Amino acid sequence: MKHGRLHPLVMIALVVAATLFGRILPTWTLSLATVAASNALIALGIVILARTGNVSFGQGLFFAAGGYGVALIANAWGVTDAVAQMVIGAVCGGLLGLVIGPLIARYSGIFFGMLTLALSMVLYGALVKSSALGGSDGFNVGRPSLFGMVFVDPREADFMLYAVSVVTTGLAGIAATILFRSELGLASLAVRENNLRIEYLGISANRVITINFIIAAVFAGASGAFALMAQRHIDPQFAYWTTSGEFVFVAVLAGYQSVAAVFVASLALELVRSFSNLYLPNTWQLVLGVFLLGVILFLPRGIGSLWIREKRKRSKPAAATPAAVRKGVAL
Amino acid sequence: MNSFLTIVLDGLIQASWLFIVALGLTLVFGVLKILNIAHGSFYALGAYIAATAVTFVAAHSLPPSVGFVAMLASVALIASAVGLLLERGLLKMFYGRDEVVLLLVTYAVFLILEDVTKLIWGVNPIYATQPYELFGNVAFAGLYYVGYDLLLMPISAAVGFAVWFGLNRTVTGKIVLAVIHNEEMSVSMGVRVNRVYAVAFAFGVLLAALAGALTAPKISMQPGLSSDVIILSFAIVVIGGLGSVEGAAVGAILVGLARAASVHLVPQAELFMIYLIMAGVLMFRPEGLFKREAARRI
Repeated sequence: MKHGRLHPLVMIALVVAATLFGRILPTWTLSLATVAASNALIALGIVILARTGNVSFGQGLFFAAGGYGVALIANAWGVTDAVAQMVIGAVCGGLLGLVIGPLIARYSGIFFGMLTLALSMVLYGALVKSSALGGSDGFNVGRPSLFGMVFVDPREADFMLYAVSVVTTGLAGIAATILFRSELGLASLAVRENNLRIEYLGISANRVITINFIIAAVFAGASGAFALMAQRHIDPQFAYWTTSGEFVFVAVLAGYQSVAAVFVASLALELVRSFSNLYLPNTWQLVLGVFLLGVILFLPRGIGSLWIREKRKRSKPAAATPAAVRKGVAL
Repeated sequence: MNSFLTIVLDGLIQASWLFIVALGLTLVFGVLKILNIAHGSFYALGAYIAATAVTFVAAHSLPPSVGFVAMLASVALIASAVGLLLERGLLKMFYGRDEVVLLLVTYAVFLILEDVTKLIWGVNPIYATQPYELFGNVAFAGLYYVGYDLLLMPISAAVGFAVWFGLNRTVTGKIVLAVIHNEEMSVSMGVRVNRVYAVAFAFGVLLAALAGALTAPKISMQPGLSSDVIILSFAIVVIGGLGSVEGAAVGAILVGLARAASVHLVPQAELFMIYLIMAGVLMFRPEGLFKREAARRI
């Protein structure tokens, strides 16, 4: 974050420009960009959490919690306002994160990933079998409105959703850049480097992980709300592990250095997905897999490393085997 | 009483093929320290290859017993080749990276194999039921069981014993254990660690594909098979303790029984039960039930 540090006002101007840019985008790009912005939001949460060295393979848990929470409340009380739905999603995700975060902060590495994955699959298993929530078919919700305005023209409705999701994700991105420079953000990096030394400095590593985990859960919940508004339908697939896998994919593609990279990565993924759907039907997972391998191989620090150079080269253990690195990490 | 017996038998039948899958996963983790997300894809690959072999044999009007042998032989051959190729051609490039990066590499392999199987075998369900009738039916305590299902139990026990024996009572096994214990020291003692890695990974793939082949006559092969199996086998190895052979056995039996019990008693809770057990075990014993001191993972 040393380079390209922008003034928050400049970043706000960028968000406004991106929102207005939606007016001149063709309709198909508009819905694609909405999905990309919403996925960027949840991936941003994964990046924030990954700064502590823990990768969550179960963000689908909070994604689904946000989506189902919004869908149920929307259908029960007729809440159709897009901003209200986003807030409800974020609150649902956040509340669940508040319960799970402190429990899960004790784990690290592969066990952290496995436990998050297991919890999301617990929710998936429960949702598939709950006939009250439509089982594996899920159920539909109505069109979202905004501040009392109802959009009949589909193009206007698409733009409204685009605007709300871009503004939300943009604000979350600005908040993240501030967070990264804050005491908590720097402590997170230190937790990743060495969580024992952090404890000696009087900072609770568990607390740092928990707070980051809850932030990630809030973002995931809001993202689930956007996914729901975009599809106007929800099903247990929201919580399935391959859904979470895609979000981790975006985070890896972005790398852990730049917030802007998350948006670029998310947009890139959506573009690859729609083009491979168009030209190579039934093989987009194959394209995705090759793409992922290519990124890990050639851009190990994500596409953010294309424009951000790290000043300080981290001393990398020059080991040739995964086992040796494990030891290096454990020390 | 009868339903209790049914649950136990069904659970053990489930456990026997789950154990073979989980054994491969836990071995690969023990030796290479890679949690292989693509493991379920190798299971699916084995099942699909087996189906092709069985159909081919049936089309040439040979007896189903030939089909049974052909299915196991072809799967063993192709799976070992695929495993060696993947380890030497792909995984090798990523050694030395973070364990989460290796997890993502196997996730990419999972995504690729998912579509490759779709491209080769299509998206419609495929069946290979001929060998299933091979061993007749068995009446047991007033219940009728398919002989093939019951046969899975001794096969699984034999595979488990062979792996245990191979690891603990042969020179090769001792070398593998040495690599697991400390791979730097093994290198300096003249062990070709790279070769151990390649063989261990190929063997893991072989076990997954073998389980796929053995279950192929029982199920219908269709997309989604691999992601279901990987989630089950993750649960098993995490319950038992990553890298532990005994743990994989106990985990498989627990998961098999849990599945059978919920299918018979509360069908709504089937998936839920298994992940709940896994989450519960992780909460109280984060390293799994059978985790020994870190140095000896198998």
